[in-house]
Amino acid sequence: MLLIHCPYCGVERPETEFACRGEAHIIRPADPSTQTDEQWAEFLYLRENPKGLYAERWRHIHGCGRFFNAVRETVSDKFVKVYKAGEPKPDLEALAKEMSA
Amino acid sequence: MSQSFRTEAGGRIDRDRKVTFSFDGDQLEGYEGDTLASALLANGIHMVGRSFKYHRPRGILTSGSEEPNALVGVYRQGDQTPNLRATQVELYEGLKAISQNRFPSLGFDVGAVNDFLSPLFPAGFYYKTFMWPRSFWDRVYEPIIRAAAGLGKPPKNADHDRYANLYAHCDVLVVGSGPAGLAAALAAAETGARVILCDEQAELGGSLLSETAATIDGKTPVDWVEDAIRTLQAMDNVTLLPRTTAFGYFAQNFVALAERITDHVSEPDPNLPRERLWQLRAKEVVIAAGSIERPMVFPENDRPGIMNAEAGRTYLNRYGVKVGHKALVATACDTAWQAAFDLADAGVEIAAIADLRENPPEALQSIAQARGIRVETACVVTGTTGRKRIDKALLGRVSASGSVASAGDLACDSLLMSGGWTPTVSLYSQSRGKVMWDEAAGAFLPGQHVQNERSAGSSRGLYGLNDVLADGYAAGEEAAKAATGKSAKVTYAVASGAEAGSGGTLGALPDDRDASRVKAFVDYQNDVTAKDVKLAVREGMHSIEHIKRYTTTGMATDQGRLSNMNALAIASKALDKPLTDVGLTTFRQPFTPTTFGTFATSSRGDFFDPVRKTPSHQWATDSDAAFEDVGQWKRAWYFPKAGEDIHAAVARECEVVRNKLGLFDASTLGKIEVVGPDAAEFLERMYTNPWKKLGVGRCRYGLMLNEAGFIIDDGVVGRIAEDRFHVTTTTGGAPSVFATMEDYLQTEWPDLDVWITSTTEQYAVAAVQGPLAREAIAPFVQGIDLSPDAFPHMSVATGTFCGVPCRLFRISFTGEVGFEINVPRRHGEMVWKTLEHEVAKLGGCTYGTETMHVLRAEKGYIIVGQETDGTVTPDDAGMTWAIGKKKHDFVGKRGLQRPDLVADNRKQLVGLLTTDPKVVLEEGAQITESANPAVGTPADGHVTSSYHSPAMGRSIALALVKNGRALEGKTLHVPMPDGSIPVTVTGPVFFDPKGDRLNG
Repeated sequence: MLLIHCPYCGVERPETEFACRGEAHIIRPADPSTQTDEQWAEFLYLRENPKGLYAERWRHIHGCGRFFNAVRETVSDKFVKVYKAGEPKPDLEALAKEMSA
Repeated sequence: MSQSFRTEAGGRIDRDRKVTFSFDGDQLEGYEGDTLASALLANGIHMVGRSFKYHRPRGILTSGSEEPNALVGVYRQGDQTPNLRATQVELYEGLKAISQNRFPSLGFDVGAVNDFLSPLFPAGFYYKTFMWPRSFWDRVYEPIIRAAAGLGKPPKNADHDRYANLYAHCDVLVVGSGPAGLAAALAAAETGARVILCDEQAELGGSLLSETAATIDGKTPVDWVEDAIRTLQAMDNVTLLPRTTAFGYFAQNFVALAERITDHVSEPDPNLPRERLWQLRAKEVVIAAGSIERPMVFPENDRPGIMNAEAGRTYLNRYGVKVGHKALVATACDTAWQAAFDLADAGVEIAAIADLRENPPEALQSIAQARGIRVETACVVTGTTGRKRIDKALLGRVSASGSVASAGDLACDSLLMSGGWTPTVSLYSQSRGKVMWDEAAGAFLPGQHVQNERSAGSSRGLYGLNDVLADGYAAGEEAAKAATGKSAKVTYAVASGAEAGSGGTLGALPDDRDASRVKAFVDYQNDVTAKDVKLAVREGMHSIEHIKRYTTTGMATDQGRLSNMNALAIASKALDKPLTDVGLTTFRQPFTPTTFGTFATSSRGDFFDPVRKTPSHQWATDSDAAFEDVGQWKRAWYFPKAGEDIHAAVARECEVVRNKLGLFDASTLGKIEVVGPDAAEFLERMYTNPWKKLGVGRCRYGLMLNEAGFIIDDGVVGRIAEDRFHVTTTTGGAPSVFATMEDYLQTEWPDLDVWITSTTEQYAVAAVQGPLAREAIAPFVQGIDLSPDAFPHMSVATGTFCGVPCRLFRISFTGEVGFEINVPRRHGEMVWKTLEHEVAKLGGCTYGTETMHVLRAEKGYIIVGQETDGTVTPDDAGMTWAIGKKKHDFVGKRGLQRPDLVADNRKQLVGLLTTDPKVVLEEGAQITESANPAVGTPADGHVTSSYHSPAMGRSIALALVKNGRALEGKTLHVPMPDGSIPVTVTGPVFFDPKGDRLNG
């Protein structure tokens, strides 16, 4: 069972308190009516599935209830970084370099 | 004679406490401290089972949890637990065990014919033999295979035992209590770190319990163990867990332990659980799992009486049991020599020590000489004889070229073998570490660490007692330092004797036998021979992962701990590739078989899932209502009167509601309070409907889509105040709708000033429906004008009901005049009973979910999840009226414009009437145009709801049908196994299509 750090509660809690909500930083367009069918299909369905670092949405559903984002290494399952919703997406390439250094 | 193979003295058994037990009905004696295996051996019994595939007689091979042969069933409290390893079953008074995989008896077994037919059962024979004719699979092959498969018989009754669960944390977990583990625990504990030491065996001490050829700090190993345990027991920061297997190593040092609590006790305390699952988070882990001895792969190496050498030594030194009168010791490494010496000293005749090596260490040879033991070098066992027990071993001399010439035979009643040692890297492997081949050790050893763990002692290929102890101390110190930052001055105990040996062999040994006629077993439990592995290679399996699956080698309960290295070496030779290129399969959880009870812990029966009850639950139970499960909720399904079945009860309830009135518990509906200056704007975005102009005191049906444009929930929303809405959801959708709302509020529209609160559990809801509904509630309502003009359909108001605060809705899910009375949950039962009394007085009745379903279907009201399946749009459901035409955006609006969603030929909600009004269609049945569609014809739709409708006096059904609305009046067909049922397409509203009754 993973331990996950909630950036709002400021504590590490077991995975069972959290729910994963898929890839982070998929932003709902301000005016969906301007989107082409292709753009909308991409927004709805197309997601990354990387081997390596992945920014995901998590919710501390059985805790504070807040949504936040986390960078997880999909091979080792390790959480590399957690940050509050609304904060910018970290530079994953730079993070990966930092980790391998 | 009883226990004729027991030594005069010595061992860890309590000779003052005799224990009687039975094996296959024979009454036998042993001592407390025995395992079932040691007690059987003390009585001269080696043969304890038949093998899996060939039904060959099998004996006890090991003394540990890796035992592949000695699997027994143990009876307890009237039921039998199968496949327990006799080497781990502790003896207690009255223990009753049986052998397995034999019929009619262990001595005479019909299935043994398989051994003679074995040319018919090569590796992969399942894949080859049962290919065709295809029709034979279900009726012929599968039943036979199923009947013949498996070893033990599963228990017949539900598990009557209790299982417990515990969450725990520690600084240092030490797995294994042999020399390395004990030293690690002592060192870590000294620093003050919180230490847990677990071991799968009943007694802590591991290999030290059978070590007699060494001293530690001048003491015997056993005395040193006892002192060490006393020291650890006296420390508050240490928890000792014998009989506890660390069976799973998961992410972030989460380790699962299975503690066996009562299985070893004759009459267990009924208050104790049988087993306890420890879900342990350790800051640091020391893996001191030791190593296990490899069997040697020679022809007929599976006869009872053949055993690993160290196991023979363990039975002697720890249990006071001689494995026979005359033993042959066959080895490729030094350690087995010590076994020979110990046995000789205990009075067992050693037929010979046959060492594969040309030049075993001189020192050992001279000790053997001093004891008068015959030594054969460059010598292999090439076969054995004996029907149910070995009586003779064939020997061969290995020449420099590798060829073997017969070297005669030797009579013996036991054979102790050692192919060398394999470090137990299972837990390290489970921690996701990759093992590395170590040429010097001739073994795979732990490589880089992925988690906070370290292996110590022989589990990382280190041998020699003093080195192992020192390694354990160092690992304990290091682990404690890493976990707590603290260190202490630790004095290492010093051992002399039991020095590291050399030697070892991998793979099949050479022999001079006819390869087509002999079996040399690699995996005993799965009956895999060296020949099978070679065959797999010949048939194209080149990776160990394929060889494993084709032959099933390494797929036994020991996960190949005994067999993997030998199988790998055989494959590597057959492939002519280095061992490391063939690869090693991954060790996975659980380390040893773990009971389902341990995984389930207390989550069984009533504790499996929480039960949610409505305010009317007790009343409904007392009134003999039938219940149905709706998610976690128990809902009243129908209320049968004496003699009524479900059809009669539902028909009566429906008629009473339509003609008079009915009372229904609607408390399970999800309820969300949406509050704030932007509440209307928020709902405007979440639902298809417009909300801004909804007046205070008015309600509206709301339809919720996902961004793809499909219906995901619906419910009535009432505006309580300008900035306050009472939102209802479906019973099952409440948590997901709430989560979806939170998601949008927190992440997409954090600028909206809105709070949402789940109030499902806050309100009890009684629905009163029917022409007399107003009359029934009027006496109890205060502060609300109930007249149709003042309080028309789709109104909401706050007032009191029976003197308690209430939100009163005028809404209907039946098509009749209806009210839903929301009161604080604690008053729910009182309100229900009051209304029930009043409703009955007016000739009404209570009704359950089945009647609710029929009544709404008569009106064509959809149920999300029944008429919809995640691919239904508002237009498909005939509900475009629910979409706010002037709204620029809402969740799902853009999705609705997608090409597939505006395409022709979508499935649309319609009604279906069977030609025969008595026929009620099956929900889920497929619909076709033709009465007898050709095989493979795609369906045009399916039945979503189907009932007998009392109001219509006939059956009705709702269905999703391709282009359904254009097919009104047409005849379609519902093909069923016993013939096609013709149906006519109609609109989805069967009863009161204009809706006049709502406004009464």
